[in-house]
This record gives sequence, structure tokens and C-alpha cells, in this order.
Amino acid sequence: MTTYYSEEHEWITVDGDTATLGITQHAADQLGDIVFVELKDQGDEFSQGDDIGVIESVKAASEVYAPLDGEVVEANETLADNPASLNDHPEGDAWIYKIKLANADQLDELMDLAAYTDFIG
Amino acid sequence: MTQASRRTPLYDLHVELGGKMVDFAGWEMPVHYPLGIMGEHQHCRNKAALFDVSHMGQVLLHGDAAAAQMETLCPQDFTTLPQGKARYALFTNDTGGILDDLIVSNAGDHLYVVVNAALRDQDLPLMRAALTDVTVTELTDYALLALQGPAAESILAPLCPAAADLTFMQTIQADILGSPCRISRLGYTGEDGYEISIPNDNATTLARALLAQDNCAPAGLGARDSLRIEAGLCLYGNDISQTTTPVEAGLSWAIQKRRRTNGGFPGAEIIQNQLQNGAPRKLVGLKPAGRAPARAGVEIQSAQGAKIGEVTSGGFGPTIGGPVAMGYVSAAQAAPGTDITLIIRGKPQPATVVALPFVPQNYKR
Repeated sequence: MTTYYSEEHEWITVDGDTATLGITQHAADQLGDIVFVELKDQGDEFSQGDDIGVIESVKAASEVYAPLDGEVVEANETLADNPASLNDHPEGDAWIYKIKLANADQLDELMDLAAYTDFIG
Repeated sequence: MTQASRRTPLYDLHVELGGKMVDFAGWEMPVHYPLGIMGEHQHCRNKAALFDVSHMGQVLLHGDAAAAQMETLCPQDFTTLPQGKARYALFTNDTGGILDDLIVSNAGDHLYVVVNAALRDQDLPLMRAALTDVTVTELTDYALLALQGPAAESILAPLCPAAADLTFMQTIQADILGSPCRISRLGYTGEDGYEISIPNDNATTLARALLAQDNCAPAGLGARDSLRIEAGLCLYGNDISQTTTPVEAGLSWAIQKRRRTNGGFPGAEIIQNQLQNGAPRKLVGLKPAGRAPARAGVEIQSAQGAKIGEVTSGGFGPTIGGPVAMGYVSAAQAAPGTDITLIIRGKPQPATVVALPFVPQNYKR
């Protein structure tokens, strides 16, 4: 499994034609204490750049943008009751979506860990 | 930014403590420290927190006529304000709107006034024009620290024994660490606490001495905002403005009896009429039923779907453990218990009108 990173501070691990998407620890740290998460439903389709969810911290509301085209296979429902888990394990148990990729070529537009580490400086 | 950011005397300390600095009203201020907004908020409610509020405007009014002439700008009673007492006040305009909110203290031979940071350039000329034979001096060589929380007295008293004897809205001059300070028992969090005006040169030393105590943590503007919303306290520019009257804003309590009867302040006719007959809309507390925070600008609808107002302040209340908001609704919908609907990102979310504050005020009376 390879992990890809977007400039919007999301990570994606790909396993065949399904992938898991979340936000990076860096994003979670920048947002601060996360208190509310609003997600798309199973079966919702989206295109690269679409707003596919909202994460609110004590500070502000932030959109989650789709890093590529796809369809929601599963939204992590534990986040609604425990939004703070996104601060604690954003790259583990607090993943956001399982998605079906519509266009795997779009993965090439994303960064690997080394590039992302560089990106966040 | 149209002008270069200004820094308070505590700037270097904020950076040293890991403060995340942001522009606020033209000042570089910490929005939070490594503890985070939630932790800083809880620290203030449970123990004590130290805020730098040096960006606010501190003004001295010298002259026998100061109290009487300030009454031509504000619907408050200053001429009978006892020495050593502070009072919440408002500058009003001719349409009964609010130009700023401020604290006026009777310091014996002068009035000590604290105004909002963003409005000093409005307020100073306003006072200079209206106050004749009164010297209006901005106190630029003094910092202002707010020590807030139930442990505030036990933290400050070892450095300033007289502080322990003050009750809510009392103010004294006293030395702290050898420098002349003004200590006032008030704040903007709903908790017991103090605001300490101290010469710039000694501000960092005092801040370090207070923070050296276990119960005291630094807190930034983020926690200051969530604390004041839970306490039901208005923020100028959000909850009160030139187009909201004191009566609409639920600030009738701040207008003393003689002023209600006699008037003699800008907008008196409109404000007196509203005091008598009620205002068409009211600032109320709003408790969303779900978890989604309702922030400023969110539309408020009646249960029947008619627009009745807008959220003016809102977010997550750490002590409440859920979203809290304030906003204006039409008077008919303003009773606590009224079901309303908030339109958050286009989706209707149920909420209820509640009495303010969300968290009981914990002042030392």
C-alpha cells in the first residue's frame, strides 16, 4: 500500500481500486481542538476539488476538498460522536472516508511522504 | 492590513511561550498557546488564566467636569459613581445605536477609562470634542493584563495583598513588584478576576511572576472569545454596533435610573422609548440541539420558516461541551424556550432560545 498526500493536507492509502482518505497530523494540529465533523453519505459521488465535508475546530470551520474523483464507500461514523479523535489519530483510526477511485491516474498528481514533508516545511 | 501591526510590551513573552500570533485590530496578538483554546478555556474556568489585553485603549480624564460631561456621551451615571468603583458604559449615537462599550472607573482625582482597541481612534476624538476643560490622555506607557479564574485572588494576593479585599467592580491603585499599578476586580470571562494596568517596563516581569504559579496558564484571544460567549458578554462589532440599541442588546441594566428618567445622552428619545415600550428585536442566547457550531452570520428562522434574525457570535462552548451562540431575534420569538431554526451551510438545524449567560457568572460580590 502506498500513501499519497494532497496540498490540502489529506492522505490517501490505496489498496486496489479502493482507498482510505483522512487528514494529516499537520492539518489536525493546525485546526486545533476539533469539535464537529459533517460528512457525505455512502454512495455519494464527487469530483476532484469538490467540498466533501466540514471539520470544525474551536477556532473555525474548514472544508474537506476531494483530492480526486470518486465515490463514498463508507464514511467513518465514529467521528460524529468523537470528533476529537481527529486530533489524536488523524492518520490512523480517525480516517474519514473509504472511497472507490474513479480515475486512478489522478494519484500521480499527489505527493509522496517526502514531498509532503517538504511541502509543509 | 492597512497599517503596520503594533506589538504590546508582552510580545516577546508571547513568542517565547509558543503563542500563535495573529493580527487583531491592528495588533499582533496570541490567538492561543500550545495548550490550545479548549485547554486554555478550561484552565480559566477551573483555575486561572492570564490574558494580555494591552491592545485596549486606556485613557485618563482629568478635570472636575469629566464625570458630568461623559454623561453627554453615555447613558450611564458617572457623577454619583463612588470613588474606587468601575462601571460598564456605552457611547451611544443619535439613533440610539452603540459607538463602543467601555469601562469607566472613578479613580479619585480622575476617571480611568478602557475602550476597545479598534475604536480608540474614534473614541479619543469623541471625548476630546465633548469634554471641555478636561484633559484626555491616552495611557500609552501602560500595559493591561487580565488575570481571570477562581484562583485569581490566591495568585495575585501574595504580590498585592490589597487585591484580596476588592469585590466585583472595585478598583484601587497599589504597587505590584515596586511599580504603581491600577488593579480592578472585573473581566470578560464570567469568572472572578482582575485587570491590572502596569507600566510597560514592568509588564513582562509581572506576567512571569503570575505565570510562575501552578494555577496560572497563559491564554489567548481564542479562549477569551469562547469564555465571553459562554458568559453572555457582548463583543463590539459582533453583538453590538452602531445599529443596535442598548435595549435590543439586553444592556438596559447598564442604564441607571436617573439617566433613564432624565435622558440627556445621544439617542435618548429612542432608547427611553424602548426602555418603556420594549424593542422590536432582542439579543438572546441560542442553544443548537445538534453538535454543529452556529457562527456569526448564520440565519435564524422561526419554527414556521420566516427569517427572524442572525447569529452575531457563536462557536463551541468548552464548558457547555457543545455549540453556543448569541443572536438577534424579533421580540415575539425572544422568550427562553422558543424553538427556532438555524440555517447552517444551507441546512436547517433545530435550536432553542435560552437565557444568558450559558455558564453562571462567578463574580466576587
